[in-house]
Amino acid sequence: MRPLEVFIQGVGLWAPAVATWADFKPWLDGAQPDAEPGKPRADVLPANERRRAPDSVLLAAAVAGQAVSASGLDPANLASVFSSAHGDQAITDYMCATLAQSPAGLSPTRFHNSVHNAPAGYWTIATVCHAACSAISAGDASFGAGLLEAAAQAVADDHPVLLAAFDTQGHGPLLSMTQVTLPFATALVLSPSRTPRSMARLVIATAPITTVTRARDDRLHAWTTANPSAAGLPLLEALAHGAGADVVLAASAGMALHVRGETLT
Amino acid sequence: MPEPMLPLAITAFTATTALGPGLKAQSDGLAASRSGLRRNDFSQAPLDTWIGRVDGLEDAALPADAAGWECRNNRLAWLAMNQDGFADAAREAARRHGSDRVAVVMGTSTASIGATEHAYRTLTENGAFPQALRRRDVHQPNSLTGFVQAALGLDGPALTIATACSSSAKVFAAAERLIRLGVVDAAVVGGVDTLCESVLFGFNSLELVSNEPCRPFDATRGGISIGEAGGFALLERRELAPGAPRLAGYGESSDAHHMSTPHPEGLGAELALRDALARAGLDAAEVDYINLHGTASLKNDEVEAALVARSFSAQTRASSTKGFTGHTLGAAGIVEAAYALLAIRDGFVPGNLNASQPDPACGPQMAWHNERQPVRVALSNSFGFGGNNACLAFVAGDHD
Repeated sequence: MRPLEVFIQGVGLWAPAVATWADFKPWLDGAQPDAEPGKPRADVLPANERRRAPDSVLLAAAVAGQAVSASGLDPANLASVFSSAHGDQAITDYMCATLAQSPAGLSPTRFHNSVHNAPAGYWTIATVCHAACSAISAGDASFGAGLLEAAAQAVADDHPVLLAAFDTQGHGPLLSMTQVTLPFATALVLSPSRTPRSMARLVIATAPITTVTRARDDRLHAWTTANPSAAGLPLLEALAHGAGADVVLAASAGMALHVRGETLT
Repeated sequence: MPEPMLPLAITAFTATTALGPGLKAQSDGLAASRSGLRRNDFSQAPLDTWIGRVDGLEDAALPADAAGWECRNNRLAWLAMNQDGFADAAREAARRHGSDRVAVVMGTSTASIGATEHAYRTLTENGAFPQALRRRDVHQPNSLTGFVQAALGLDGPALTIATACSSSAKVFAAAERLIRLGVVDAAVVGGVDTLCESVLFGFNSLELVSNEPCRPFDATRGGISIGEAGGFALLERRELAPGAPRLAGYGESSDAHHMSTPHPEGLGAELALRDALARAGLDAAEVDYINLHGTASLKNDEVEAALVARSFSAQTRASSTKGFTGHTLGAAGIVEAAYALLAIRDGFVPGNLNASQPDPACGPQMAWHNERQPVRVALSNSFGFGGNNACLAFVAGDHD
């Protein structure tokens, strides 16, 4: 294949210790302490929705909002891919526990929030976006598979695409299976062509799976083992430092992405 | 509007529903106007509703080397992929192109959540999953895709699309992009969803479930019947099989309206339709048959009937096949893609089953009974929660 070339127009990031992409570099450098405990700031949602929104929606909307805002693009026309290995685990735990005990008492709101594309749905409603919007999963390779899907869409249809990758913390008995012990989300706005806002150029090629790249910072490495959506951190770490990146990410059980990144000024 | 795309050949396809396993069971059931729906006998505390249940899954264990993937959804995937020579065709494609050159893109709304529900009903005294269900790969949305990729011995990109009831229509779009860009040379696409408590009690909580067999586009319809199904299609470049039917286009859009109610004017549905026609380079007048989403929910059918009535001439035929299969949720896209392809193959328009009193919003396009006529161009509509819409366009292959 010819490698896919895309340009990063904006980045979003949320972890319990770091609330935004803008805080990420100072935090990495030790110039900024851990963030105060709190929920992700999803300013794009109307206030009443924000109060009621499940964690998955807050996570995805917070990072998507950061990335789109940095890109300067109008979210109403922006195609999007929402990637998550496990969806909203608190809701899955609620659904399975309720169905085991009193199925007729299932909450209709929790049910419609249980669909894997709930964050995608809330995002398109809040931004009045009629563009194509997808919700995907690829297990532990969800970040890489989402990056491939978003980059492919950007290049194939020659328009920018938002990628938001998020996983909520595991809940209840299900946690023993998913083993997600930390909430984390990140977002990228990818463009098929370079603009004055382009922060970095990515060249993405597929290859048989080998060892994936380890984050250099041990704190980030710990996040990648605690949340599948954090698998892109080795790439984000290099970009945050303004350095070139050459990373291997899993894209499926048998396939890897080789991502070469070059920061642009 | 998107540029027209190069069509892709559909070199194999299959579907398994409440009508039975494989394409012959589908075409026989459709031709006989025989519904596959039955009174709900699925759950332990059955709701008063009708379901589309696939027979025999309880006794259809996965092969021993796939035992780690055991669950009802993967059993249905296995049953479905072994109909109509599909699995052999996919393995042959892997030999032809290389196993890393064949993508797997599967759609599902709930994957194997039934197994997770089962674990929660049978937790140990310590509140842990029972030993037999401690299988991490099954308790996640990607279970279906992981199983299909392993069962077919494929090593390419693999992706689950989970956009509720448009899931296995959107798989065609994702696969087309990967083939067009040369990331892969072929793609196995499809979708599987199985009956589980989550969807039966979930749709019941939203008061969307009928207590009789669903009656799409009937003026007095009472809601949906939930079904289970699985289906697959193999996409390759057109030159490899000029006579094969083709994926000519697709459209994807968002309603931006409400999580569980369609846009009242069908805005998103219309955008997806126009996008699909533009990509296919087709005019609405060239469309012979539309397999409608037609769930028999009050709102969906009202909006979709109006969209068809204002967008197409009376020559275009349209029907919902949910009266045969029930609403198979994340599998509806692939099942109804298969029905659109059968319409092209057989020159057969399936009648819109179970409607005795047409909704006045319906136009003259509705095929209330089976019709025999050549079908060169067929569309399939799929709309999901979150206002997620997809429309697929298929055309007949070359005949010389």
